Amino acid sequence: MLELSKEEIETVQKVADSILNEFENTPENLIPILQNLQDRLQYVPGPAMEKVAESLDIPEVDVFEVVTFYNQFRLYPPGENQFKVCMGTACYMVGGEIALDSFERRLDIKEGETTEDRKYGLERVACVGCCSMAPVVVVNDKIEGHVTPTRVDGLLFSHDEDKKENNTDEKSDDKPKEGEEK
Amino acid sequence: MSSTSIEQKFQNIKKEAEENIASLDDKTVIYVGSASCGLAAGAKEVKDAFINKLDENNIEAEVKEVGCMGFCYAEPIIFISRPGFPTLVYGYVDEGLVESLIKNYLIEDDPCFEFALVATEVNDFFPTFADFPRGVYEEKQILNECGFIDPEEIDHYVSRDGYQALSKALSSSPVEILEEVKNANLRGRGGAGFPAGKKWEACLSNDGDERYVICNADEGDPGAFMDRIMLESNPHMVIEGMVLCAYTIGAKKGYLYIRSEYPQAVKKVQKAIEQAKEKNLLGDSILGSDFSFDLEVFQGAGAFVCGEATALIESMEGGSGIPQTRPPRMAQSGYKDKPTVLNNVKTFAYVPLIINNGSDWFKSTGTEGNPGTAVFALVGKINNTGLVEVPMGTTLRTLIYDVGEGIPGEKEFKAVQIGGPSGGCLPESALDIPIDFDSLGEAGAMMGSGGLVVMDENDCMVTVAKYFLEFTQQESCGKCTFCRLGTKQMLDILTDITKGEGTLESLELLEELAVDIKDGSLCNLGKTAPNPVLTTLRYFKDEYLAHINDGVCPAKMCQDLIVYYIVPERCSKLCSACVGSCPTEAIYTRDDGLKAIEQEKCVKCDNCLKACPPEYYAVEKLSPPEKLKELEEKEGN
Repeated sequence: MLELSKEEIETVQKVADSILNEFENTPENLIPILQNLQDRLQYVPGPAMEKVAESLDIPEVDVFEVVTFYNQFRLYPPGENQFKVCMGTACYMVGGEIALDSFERRLDIKEGETTEDRKYGLERVACVGCCSMAPVVVVNDKIEGHVTPTRVDGLLFSHDEDKKENNTDEKSDDKPKEGEEK
Repeated sequence: MSSTSIEQKFQNIKKEAEENIASLDDKTVIYVGSASCGLAAGAKEVKDAFINKLDENNIEAEVKEVGCMGFCYAEPIIFISRPGFPTLVYGYVDEGLVESLIKNYLIEDDPCFEFALVATEVNDFFPTFADFPRGVYEEKQILNECGFIDPEEIDHYVSRDGYQALSKALSSSPVEILEEVKNANLRGRGGAGFPAGKKWEACLSNDGDERYVICNADEGDPGAFMDRIMLESNPHMVIEGMVLCAYTIGAKKGYLYIRSEYPQAVKKVQKAIEQAKEKNLLGDSILGSDFSFDLEVFQGAGAFVCGEATALIESMEGGSGIPQTRPPRMAQSGYKDKPTVLNNVKTFAYVPLIINNGSDWFKSTGTEGNPGTAVFALVGKINNTGLVEVPMGTTLRTLIYDVGEGIPGEKEFKAVQIGGPSGGCLPESALDIPIDFDSLGEAGAMMGSGGLVVMDENDCMVTVAKYFLEFTQQESCGKCTFCRLGTKQMLDILTDITKGEGTLESLELLEELAVDIKDGSLCNLGKTAPNPVLTTLRYFKDEYLAHINDGVCPAKMCQDLIVYYIVPERCSKLCSACVGSCPTEAIYTRDDGLKAIEQEKCVKCDNCLKACPPEYYAVEKLSPPEKLKELEEKEGN
């Protein structure tokens, strides 16, 4: 389980409290509560699960079971940019796995992981229902169709570029690196 | 309240809707197909381009978002309704086409027929849907309005006879409605085909006031997206069906269980519920009657097994989606242990049509035991991918070759995978069976939710079977040992075969396991999991044997059994398209200027083969890999 700092734990608990306040505390609301938590925090941290268990008066282990049973819930925070590679039938048959391979190779992580700098996360999803554009990758919330390995490079490149444009501070950091290579 | 005043109240709502819609008639309106598939193809950019360009040119026109017409292959799709011109549908729209439509059509009055796909109504200038093979075979009932109405605007639905059935039903008794649905022999569209009327009746026969109506929109089958399109394009039709069901069985509360992977559908349904409540078509004393019904969305959390009724209920109650033994059936003891009707999205969508037009009308389409239409998602190696609605009993051949216009690239048809992980792969010889719930079961497949993946000569059937096993193995809830461990064992065997490490004994074991898992699993996920393996073994055993005996993948798909090779005689010194396309720099230029592949670096991604210009066509796949050595030796000599 992820180690959280004291402040982080406090924030998580605060968010959990405010969400729990919005719901009637019955077990039927467990999944909607967890979904709301993940919406706000991007993942479901341990201290939040404890709060939920306490509020709904159910054992913590039951909350953990539900979180781990469903594909939607994450136990770790995702990357700043999250790539979801679709592995539906149509996508798989026309190269979904090849696209996933390319991401793994380029980002040097496996599916379900996040890069060390937390910039990119990689996931495999069952089917996003855009089979006619297979193979499909969901980048954050945008669906990208017909993804070949070269397109994977393009997608990574364009997200790199976005970052640089938005963040002028980083540009100065990049320069010495170029010098080093020379 | 008397039936006349219910009818009166509804007529007022309808009149108001018609007036609102009529105000669009004398305007130019551009409708952009903005369901998820359209958005994926760039519908939002197209919409923004229209808005900007209209503004730049000071043209007065409205831009509206609609759902999906089902022509996924031509997305993004738009249609323009302009007074004095036929309404034309345009496909493959990009910003360039937007510009030329504005300039040529909206300014200079030339409707650009060369870019139009079809006209929506009969006219003197351009063919309509009925003039194309697809239009001839298709018979749209529940998809009829999809793509033509704004799902976020209730008036569009109401003005097209929406909620008419509800007003009619409220003036009749629940028993009459039940009889109509039973007479229609409406079979559940979720896949199993259980008669909806019987389900409703069973629910009604239980005591107590608390009953629930739940719509199963947990469309988890990879390759199927009909429920998503239905909810994104015409949510009110499903809602109306649910209200009718609730009225019939006396339920006061209902839920739409939608998978969270469909955020667009969730958003549109929530909006539709709000609007229906505002118009008093949902909520307390609907249309002034003494019938009240409240509806909510419950978002699934991503588990394939939750499509199974008991698992779905478990998850709604806050637990893991683990199926339970039946009986008691849902109709006796469902959500919160109360009598519950759980039907698929499409099943509910048919109900308003049946109430409006009568059960005899419904039975006039389809076959005797399988009345009505069937909705399929045509995907894979087929020219016209998309969503189609054809009468039950249409043959697979008609569906693939006439409606879908066949296989692209003059490739040979190999198989059609129907019904998702629960279904099976059918060969050429099965193309002439009429598709309905019963015939598909006999052939070893299953209607399932209607996902239909067409495969050609380049698709390996062992890989297909492996893919589905991987899916069911991952999605197994783990309750039954056979399903949990048996599918894992089967997957291991299949993986070995795709690596050329299979044996004839393991093939026997594979078959035995398949039968045992079918017998030893509680729910339909386990019971049907072996279907893709059983059908591929039944129809494509040769392919398994080629992998095992000769280490050959006949379709040249299994990565461990193929190598890529650049044929020197066909390669050109003048071209280096493949070099640039290779993601791992595995392609190098030989001393003689031709290209070759460094096998250790090659990741078999297929890029070089696609990049090689058709006039050279120099990249080839070889199976088994030993062939490469033979060729190189030959070349060396």
